[in-house]
Amino acid sequence: MTEKDSIMSPEYKKAITNLLFQLADDDFLYAYRGSEWLGLAPHIEEDVASSSISQDSMGHAAMYYKLLEDLEVGNADDLAHLRPVKERRNSVLTERVNGEGYYMETPQYDWAYQVVRSYFYTQAKKVKVDSLSESSYSPIAEVAVKVKMELYYHRLHWETWFKQLLSSTDVAKKKMNDAIELVMGDFGDVFSYGNQKQVIETSRLIASEELLKEKWKASIEPVFSALQMKVPPIPEQPTKNGRNGEHTKDLNEALLTLSEVYKLDPVATW
Amino acid sequence: MTASVEVSAGRVLEVLKRVNDPEIDSISIIDLGMVGEVTTEGNNVKVVLLPTFLGCPALEIIKLNTMKAVKKLPEVDEVEVEFVFHPPWTSDRITEQGHVNLRKFGIAPPPRHLEEDGSWHVDCAYCGSTYVTMENIFGPTACRSILYCKSCKNVFEAMKPVSTLM
Ligand SMILES: [Zn+2]
Repeated sequence: MTEKDSIMSPEYKKAITNLLFQLADDDFLYAYRGSEWLGLAPHIEEDVASSSISQDSMGHAAMYYKLLEDLEVGNADDLAHLRPVKERRNSVLTERVNGEGYYMETPQYDWAYQVVRSYFYTQAKKVKVDSLSESSYSPIAEVAVKVKMELYYHRLHWETWFKQLLSSTDVAKKKMNDAIELVMGDFGDVFSYGNQKQVIETSRLIASEELLKEKWKASIEPVFSALQMKVPPIPEQPTKNGRNGEHTKDLNEALLTLSEVYKLDPVATW
Repeated sequence: MTASVEVSAGRVLEVLKRVNDPEIDSISIIDLGMVGEVTTEGNNVKVVLLPTFLGCPALEIIKLNTMKAVKKLPEVDEVEVEFVFHPPWTSDRITEQGHVNLRKFGIAPPPRHLEEDGSWHVDCAYCGSTYVTMENIFGPTACRSILYCKSCKNVFEAMKPVSTLM
């Protein structure tokens, strides 16, 4: 324990813990949904690319869980695998299924949805990570700098897909616009800190919800105007707020699958 | 058993020169720039490593190989290996020797310079031609990209540039 840790107020620690759960759970679920595309992506290069992106994102989640472990909140692997649905703090957007059907049977996944979700999520993550790299809690700031370097490639990748599909056939445009609507329907809690808003914002761990929303809009605006489109509005209030533990049944199913192997032998080394 | 000679950081660094990246076994973790700091206290050693990519599955293997290698020194008792994120690993930490060793493996080393717009260029790992195209920015591992050389018609890999300027 460093000196700084020992003088950490309970209030400050609570803010850090809450924020870390939000960041970790987001990337954990996002990585899981991305990994469900393995073997199903539109072509082999994409399979390689989205697998790498999922692997990186799982690495980011692991780092955030590790920071929680360092704060003696629990073992990182247990935090990732064993926490029940109501304790999860990920945004609803990250838990949504990729489409109809199951991976092992007849998955009818929606690539347009994957592109839009990934692009909007990655751009949101970029805005957050930029802010986190100036966090008052230095272990978060240090991880954020590292995440940012990897995220550069993810953002580039999804932006390319996003632009290309929206400049493509009418069918592609229709699918993309439907996907944008679906994604934005769940965007209400992406920048929310839930009922921890006050404590997180006053701790100067990360910028305010409002500022991050503005930065997100500004960051995607050039892409939208090049496509002669308007940036869709972020819902004022989320229908379900994942930051407060409100989730869909998609999360139950994801966690059952995700933790199946881990629960067989929680002491195994991976 | 108690060792009578205290361990020196220099001896540990010598050993680490022979710990290679399990995925590119021509390059050591020293030449990759992964070794942050080596400290000793009596017969105990602590090695601080900087992870290349956070989700890299080779990290645990590298950690184990590092511990095993250092433990082989007769004067060493305890070895601790820790990953830290500060300073962050960037691709310009790769040494000149590292660049040579990457080429030996058929991987183009990361470019030393990024353009102002963040774009970058590497030359063919086989013939050195500048006439190459990017096939996939994501390669077989998180740290590599796949390129194609229009001169010698080879597909080759390049180490991705990773920089805090990105
Ligand atoms: Zn060539």
